[in-house]
Amino acid sequence: MSEAVLEVRDLRVSFAHPLGLVRAVDGVSFSLAPGERLGLAGESGCGKSTMALAILRMIRPPGRIDGGSVRLDGVELSVLNEEAMRRLRLAGIALVPQGSMNSLNPVMRIGAQIEDALADHGVSLSRTALAERIADLLETVGLRAGVAASYPHQLSGGMKQRACIAIAICLRPRVIIADEPTSALDVVVQRQVMETLARVQRDLGAAVILVGHDMGLMAQFVDRLGIMYAGRLVEVAPVGQMVTVPRHPYTRALISSLPSLEHRGGLQGIPGLAPLLRDLPSGCAFHPRCSLAGERCRIETPALRPMGGNAVAACHLAEPVA
Amino acid sequence: MSVLLRAEHAGKAYGPLTALRDVSLTLDQARPSITAVVGESGSGKTTLARILLGLEVPTTGRVLYHDADLRTLGAAARLAFRRDVQAIFQDPYEVYNPFYRVDHVLTTPVRKFRLAKSAAEARVLIETALRAVGLRPEEILGRFPHQLSGGQRQRIMVARALLLRPKLIVADEPVSMVDASLRATILGSLRSLHEELGINIVYITHDLATAYQISHNILVMYRAGVAEAGAVDGIVTRPEHPYTRLLIASIPRVSTERNWVSEAETAVAGSAAAGGCSFMGRCPVAMSECAEAVPPLFRTAADRAVACYHYRTAPELAAADLGTVLTGMHEAGSRAAAG
Repeated sequence: MSEAVLEVRDLRVSFAHPLGLVRAVDGVSFSLAPGERLGLAGESGCGKSTMALAILRMIRPPGRIDGGSVRLDGVELSVLNEEAMRRLRLAGIALVPQGSMNSLNPVMRIGAQIEDALADHGVSLSRTALAERIADLLETVGLRAGVAASYPHQLSGGMKQRACIAIAICLRPRVIIADEPTSALDVVVQRQVMETLARVQRDLGAAVILVGHDMGLMAQFVDRLGIMYAGRLVEVAPVGQMVTVPRHPYTRALISSLPSLEHRGGLQGIPGLAPLLRDLPSGCAFHPRCSLAGERCRIETPALRPMGGNAVAACHLAEPVA
Repeated sequence: MSVLLRAEHAGKAYGPLTALRDVSLTLDQARPSITAVVGESGSGKTTLARILLGLEVPTTGRVLYHDADLRTLGAAARLAFRRDVQAIFQDPYEVYNPFYRVDHVLTTPVRKFRLAKSAAEARVLIETALRAVGLRPEEILGRFPHQLSGGQRQRIMVARALLLRPKLIVADEPVSMVDASLRATILGSLRSLHEELGINIVYITHDLATAYQISHNILVMYRAGVAEAGAVDGIVTRPEHPYTRLLIASIPRVSTERNWVSEAETAVAGSAAAGGCSFMGRCPVAMSECAEAVPPLFRTAADRAVACYHYRTAPELAAADLGTVLTGMHEAGSRAAAG
């Protein structure tokens, strides 16, 4: 068995809310192999972005990490002091946050922003070596070296997203977490950016966690896919298997909510509304929206069970595939 | 009079920059349709939407509402236009006044257009409209915009359009900020507005897949011009313009066939040839004549027009009016019945 680069065990995050405690991430466990591409998919509010932040210990009040363990190359992160954790962000695990292309500093040139990231992590280089390093990074993500002298507003959305990837990989991280990196881009540019991310990741040997809701993007990009619902993982499987034989009814609903280009008239949203995290239904949180739900689903919360072929699903009704 | 809105050679230039080049389009009240306008950022699709809504004045050509130029509408006609033609925008944050509760955007049209006789009747109208778009009225009414999610705010805008029973809704990227499941729900409610109330819908999007699912017709735009237009099935299954083919190939599919992330990375947009076809710089099948002049629309079938010299043997689209290649609801219905 290969050693996992990232091991998440029973991670829990909650937010204090006047109407009660909101459990945004409720006991999530998974591991990530070196170089692996893992997808985390689910509707808005399912906890996928919160989990990405929790891995990096970047949850701010009123949110808090209630427990669980995150290990990077066997090192437990929850016991690190704040300074060690700060160094590890970017250097060990790099986050490309949601909407990151709009979080570039508008009054700093791209080169200076990369320089900042390097300096902040103790990389001191001569002016020429630094300029070379920045030019290399920009070329790696498919930008001209001259982009270093540009301000963000002079770049297109795709170019800004590439600049964010350049910052994310500047310290050769072991894990890149990309939270909806292409959601604001049109399809042609999205494909170009994802191709660049794939190449960069392969060259670095880094593992990737891709957070998003586009099942098409997941099917084409990741090796393994986790589906989140109401703060929990409800199915994890190799992506090919997930696409051919989804075990959880929610996974099937997510797949069929994606507009197809093969046949028309199949466009259907998932019935009902995503549950309120502070007021979750009893039993299986999906049961009010599930057409198959029975008595047991209303009472007993299903745990993840093996479904054959490296797949697990948390559904009382799912049958393992031989 | 069945012509609701007609754009005649409408174009828009901002100084030296051409945002929209010569689009003619007729939207017919007697045969309402859902027409998707698909293109990347900067293709001119939002400019077209804003011109149809009367929010931008075209610098060339004109827009007619019931045969009257939008620029010279009288007060009564303008009020009718404002009721008949409704907009749904991409970012539903900017349409709310942050100091008002969200109820304000719903009660204002009810009051202004006298949709209800009493406060109780108004309340029922508003709650019904909210439920129709999948919202729980008790979670929405009385809240301020910042207390709601983008998806909720957007669905309130669809509910608002629903209240007014307009004849045309121009929806500019209405679902680009919500997730896939909500996207299907919101588009589903737009589609039922069209089917149940016979509302024309112009759906501006960069997502060809959702356009395919809900529209009868598609206009594919590229750098200020129409690249290809016509009935949705033909365009998605047999795209003619090289840009349409690139668009379709770029959509990630839910499939075990993995060819989307290719080793040879997709070509980045080249610069446009001045005076020629704007797609030439990245076109795999460009010819020397593509550099000479902007290609006109060639009518390659009754329900298709394409701006590409590879189809120059087909006749040019008469009057260049895209309305003539668009399929309406009734034709679509009778065609389905015949087929």
